Amino acid sequence: MTVPTRVLVVGAAASGLATVEALRRKGYAGGITVLGDEPHAPYDRPPLSKQVLSGQWESAQTALRTPEVLAGLDAEFVPGDAAVALDPATRTVRTERGREHRADAIVIATGMRARVFPGQRDLSGVHVLRTLDDALALRKDLLTCARLVVVGEGVLGAEIAATARKLGLDVTMTGPQPAPMALQVGPLVSGLLAELHSEQGVRLRLGVGVVELTGEHGRVAGVRLASGETLPADAVVVAIGASPATEWLADSGLRLDNGVVCDSRCRAADGIYAVGDVARWHHEGLGRLIRLENRTNATEQAQTVAGAILGEDRPYVPVPYFWTDQYDAKIQVHGVLPIGAEVDVVDGDVSARRFVARYRSDGVVTGILGWNMPKQARLRRQEIVDAASAVL
Amino acid sequence: MKVVVDTEKCVAAGNCVAAAMDVFDQREEDGIVVLLNEHPPAELAADVRNAAAICPALAIRIED
Repeated sequence: MTVPTRVLVVGAAASGLATVEALRRKGYAGGITVLGDEPHAPYDRPPLSKQVLSGQWESAQTALRTPEVLAGLDAEFVPGDAAVALDPATRTVRTERGREHRADAIVIATGMRARVFPGQRDLSGVHVLRTLDDALALRKDLLTCARLVVVGEGVLGAEIAATARKLGLDVTMTGPQPAPMALQVGPLVSGLLAELHSEQGVRLRLGVGVVELTGEHGRVAGVRLASGETLPADAVVVAIGASPATEWLADSGLRLDNGVVCDSRCRAADGIYAVGDVARWHHEGLGRLIRLENRTNATEQAQTVAGAILGEDRPYVPVPYFWTDQYDAKIQVHGVLPIGAEVDVVDGDVSARRFVARYRSDGVVTGILGWNMPKQARLRRQEIVDAASAVL
Repeated sequence: MKVVVDTEKCVAAGNCVAAAMDVFDQREEDGIVVLLNEHPPAELAADVRNAAAICPALAIRIED
């Protein structure tokens, strides 16, 4: 294969920027264009639900790189112009403003969009948290509201509840699972999270679905649950997950199925790659298609994609990793934690809230979770790698 | 090469240790980065640059 003369990266967040940097680090000297749908220079998302929402950081602190470092990449950044169509045959991307960008290699890095309830957009005081502007709008409301209902008990919902509680709001968390992050970490750890949130004063209304958001004079007033209870609210955050941002690819002919489907090299078609939250690729170690919605994956996958563009032939086989900070709990997860896994505490002490848990599925180690023991958890990551290679 | 770490930004992922274990470690108590060698030798430069690139908290800066 020949090295492309121009690379177009569609998406200007962590994965898109990391791809550009990896290309330059690997010596690529050709042209690079980066399209972004937001007006901001590339910024980081994990701080949005924590440092930005709490006010600990100014929004400028989320910038992924300084203007000088960005300029040093010698790439053309085009902000505020969303891609609306891709023609894989000519490798042309059309934008909202009607511009056309052609390249020899195209990297799809459009991330995800927050899911919403039908009718949610018609009520003020109802928020999602995906972008910097979302975080700033939510923060503004939190500063004047007394009662917040968080709809969603996943990682993002739990982080928002913790941050809002620390700001002194009256917070209720609701969602269909029995405990915070139950789907992500299983019953032992989600039970501890439920205890932690309760101790901190968050009211939990879990294991129950939301029927509707109620409003008065165009502003949200409450959240009605399937149990019949209505939770009064001055503001509501809907954190019920996000969907891969692939609408713009509907007519591209690319295979779209819960993300852009790629081979083990993160290639969606000849000269077309996907990276980050939007990419669902074949993980050769796990033997199936997976898509990871986490920060570490954005940068790691970018290294593989940049390599593939330049002719390297290596599969992307990461050990997935994510972390979450809630109150004083720092939770780190390596590998995968399947539903129904056997869980053993292998370091530390659950009652001291400092421990490492090992997750096994059919006797095979698949994941490690650390609760306030990040180093010790990382040291056991190798057990996941060893178990995987023993199976192959 | 000079390496600078920001312990305020660090989220204790430990990716840097996996990438360059002769240059980075983590504190036992909270996993925050410990810089073992502020001026790593040239043969470790590529690993250190990789560590900085994959840090999920952008807590590693390299000054040439």
